[in-house]
Amino acid sequence: MSHRSSIPLYWRLQKSKYRIVGSKCLTCGTIYYPPKTLCPKCRSKGELENIQLSGKGKIISYTVIRTPPEGFEKYSPYVVALIQLDEGPKITGQIVDNPEKVEIGKKVTPVFRKIYEDGEDGIIHYGVKWKIDEQI
Amino acid sequence: MVGIVGYGVYIPRFRIRVEEIARVWNKDPDVIKKSLMIEEKSVPDIDEDTVTISVEAAKNALSRAGIDPQEIGALYIGSESHPYAVKPSGTIVAEALGMGPEISVVDTEFACRAGTTCMFLCMGLVEAGYIKYGMAIGADTSQGKPGDALEYTAAAGGAAFVIGKNNILAELEGFYSYVTDTTDFWRREGQSFPSHGARFTGKPAYFKHVIEATKGLMKKLSLKQEDFDYVVFHSPNGKFPRAAAKALGFDLEKLKYSLLVSKIGNCYSGSSPISLANVLDHAKPGERILMTSYGSGAGSDSFSFVVTDKINEKRDKAKKTEEYVNDKENIDYGKYARLRGKLKF
Amino acid sequence: MEKVAVIGIGCTKMGEHWEKSLRDLSTEAGALALKDAGLSGKDIDALFIGNMSAGRFTGQEHVGALAVDQAGLTPIPATRCEAACASGSLAFRKAYLSILSGHHKIVLVGGAEKMTDLKSTGSVATLMGAGDQEWESSIGLTFTGLYALMARAYMRKYGLTREELSLVPVKNHKHAINNPYAQFNFEITVEDVMKSPLIADPLRLLDCSPITDGAAAVILASEDVAKDFENAVWIAGSGQASDTLALHGREDVCRIRAAEKAAKMAYQQAGVGPDDIDIAEVHDCFSIAEIIAYEDLGFAERGKGKDLLVNKETTIGGKIPVNTDGGLKVGHPVGATGIKQIIEVVKQLRGEASNQVKDAKIGLTHNVGGSGATAIVHILKKELD
Repeated sequence: MSHRSSIPLYWRLQKSKYRIVGSKCLTCGTIYYPPKTLCPKCRSKGELENIQLSGKGKIISYTVIRTPPEGFEKYSPYVVALIQLDEGPKITGQIVDNPEKVEIGKKVTPVFRKIYEDGEDGIIHYGVKWKIDEQI
Repeated sequence: MVGIVGYGVYIPRFRIRVEEIARVWNKDPDVIKKSLMIEEKSVPDIDEDTVTISVEAAKNALSRAGIDPQEIGALYIGSESHPYAVKPSGTIVAEALGMGPEISVVDTEFACRAGTTCMFLCMGLVEAGYIKYGMAIGADTSQGKPGDALEYTAAAGGAAFVIGKNNILAELEGFYSYVTDTTDFWRREGQSFPSHGARFTGKPAYFKHVIEATKGLMKKLSLKQEDFDYVVFHSPNGKFPRAAAKALGFDLEKLKYSLLVSKIGNCYSGSSPISLANVLDHAKPGERILMTSYGSGAGSDSFSFVVTDKINEKRDKAKKTEEYVNDKENIDYGKYARLRGKLKF
Repeated sequence: MEKVAVIGIGCTKMGEHWEKSLRDLSTEAGALALKDAGLSGKDIDALFIGNMSAGRFTGQEHVGALAVDQAGLTPIPATRCEAACASGSLAFRKAYLSILSGHHKIVLVGGAEKMTDLKSTGSVATLMGAGDQEWESSIGLTFTGLYALMARAYMRKYGLTREELSLVPVKNHKHAINNPYAQFNFEITVEDVMKSPLIADPLRLLDCSPITDGAAAVILASEDVAKDFENAVWIAGSGQASDTLALHGREDVCRIRAAEKAAKMAYQQAGVGPDDIDIAEVHDCFSIAEIIAYEDLGFAERGKGKDLLVNKETTIGGKIPVNTDGGLKVGHPVGATGIKQIIEVVKQLRGEASNQVKDAKIGLTHNVGGSGATAIVHILKKELD
């Protein structure tokens, strides 16, 4: 897929994907992840700034992808979960644990992994996946 | 007074046992286990590589260091399995940890020694006052040719060290480097797997450099074997570090925390750094640690560290080395071959 | 307000059409609709076509121009409408509004999609354009994966069992048997569903609508034209609403709020409620979507959607038959689906359906884009009061 080979498209997202940096609206106090250009609640009256999130959260729902899209074949099957981050926003992300270990309600913590490789000669997309946090 | 301010490791969870590899290649596992003194090795998951391992190890090191990543003035990663032939691993790790852009970054390669050389570089820059803190990482996801002896030991893992002058948990006492042009193990550009000189990798290579570097360090610092509480030697297998200790006159008891190789294999640039981290997980203030790395090609870095009392307040701030060693899942050769990309399409 | 009616319908068979291209399909459906209305091309004032992703499936953009050119209808205005899987209904609504505005009198509205020119991994990747490219598609989440997340959350919240969920495809396969246009004409059992391969847990192959090539078209006309057509079916209500693009932005993933809002809009305009609906075509892209649709449309209370299935109320002969032609099991050529739904409701209200609902007077279509970012509901009546 040509957009997956785009250098600027991936580069633009690096900070927010590598480090779970979201947005906080100083006007209404809402925290957003992924980050926003405009606060949907306050719109032009909103004032957004970057906020570093812990990345920790809990699993609200999950699935196991067994028919992957182009480019993800070698990773399949993999778990994708809907995660509620501790600070409030929700995000979908891969879980690195075995599917049998995954349950709704379990706590997760972020880990840095490869997300996608653009063939043998394209760039490697890195990002965050989540791991079940046994310690809690 | 420069030293280690924080340290951390990362070892992937999967393991493959010697028996499993031997089964596929019709070899006697007992012979191999006896000659290499190894039980199993670590295997990275399909989405792990030197960069991801470095990020996780570095996170742990920063937790123990207790500093803002923005204060890191240099980040050097040593590996022989950087994901790109051209494009630094260090910039990805720096971005992932929130370091820079005012930072010096370069990747290094010197087989299994690259990580420890990075430590030396950081120490020099801190000592000279060019940077306040530096981070040195040794990490690898090494490959062995299928069916070759190296396949039993080539493993994956990494360790990171924050180097500085403030709040150090282990002070650098001295450093000695011994390097010659000795081609015992190599990989040409474009080749998937390394080649080696079999028995040549022993006396003229590993042993010569490890012994000379260690002797050189001890002479320089006027220290004797009894002065050290722990010794770390690069572990390509379980036999070599024991033989080196014996040849140098060290009590084998001093190796007790640096023989993780039997459980995780040879993590190449991560090998001596991970062992050093394990020693730091156990050492008491005032104890002295010797670490001598070895990289084919060939050379050894030898360091002497003295643990300070800061170790007690910092040690528990991140996951310990043995926790990573014991958090494991065994896999079979088929899965191992798939994960390591040994099946070409 | 001006009254608008459907006066002609036509669609291609749905399936894998190796010999037919996008332009072949769209032209075929349009010609059939004109024939059904007894009109010729020169009567048409404008063309609207729903198409999700001709660009990525076949490299073709400017689809409005393609359709009007191939149909020999230039120089009339031609517009492509896109709202992922709701593209067809969007085109229908835009065409309806264009007649209401007084700009046009007779409009040809179609939907078409050509999906099989790509290998399935490519189609799966293209369909993810319906979700959030930067945050859902980029991590390998597929469209089935999105609905699987909704399914598991729903099953946990309301106690829906895997067997109960299977009742949806069982019903729709049965309804499709008499449908000559359907991609599948075979019955299945709950056991067949449970044994079919997992696609994205807990959803299995038979829970999913297929990858299909196909096109469907209708002719819309203003009151002064339509009043002379005996089999005219009137648009009584039209509703459209939006919600966050990504699933993770929704407050509750067990409902589609945009569908609730679109339905409310349509019910209000039509002056009817859920109990007045005689037949509904809902967006069963995956089995769970149909159950959630029952609740969003007010046919059942939250969490109780499955009761309608268990008690066979949404089967032919039941209180509120749903997807009487087989639903999206007829095929899901994305851009065409919304129009296909309208066609089934029109047939029912004309008395010409393959699974005819007795005395059907009021019908509803429910078309959803993505995991619920767009929803469009239409209500049609045989007689407008």
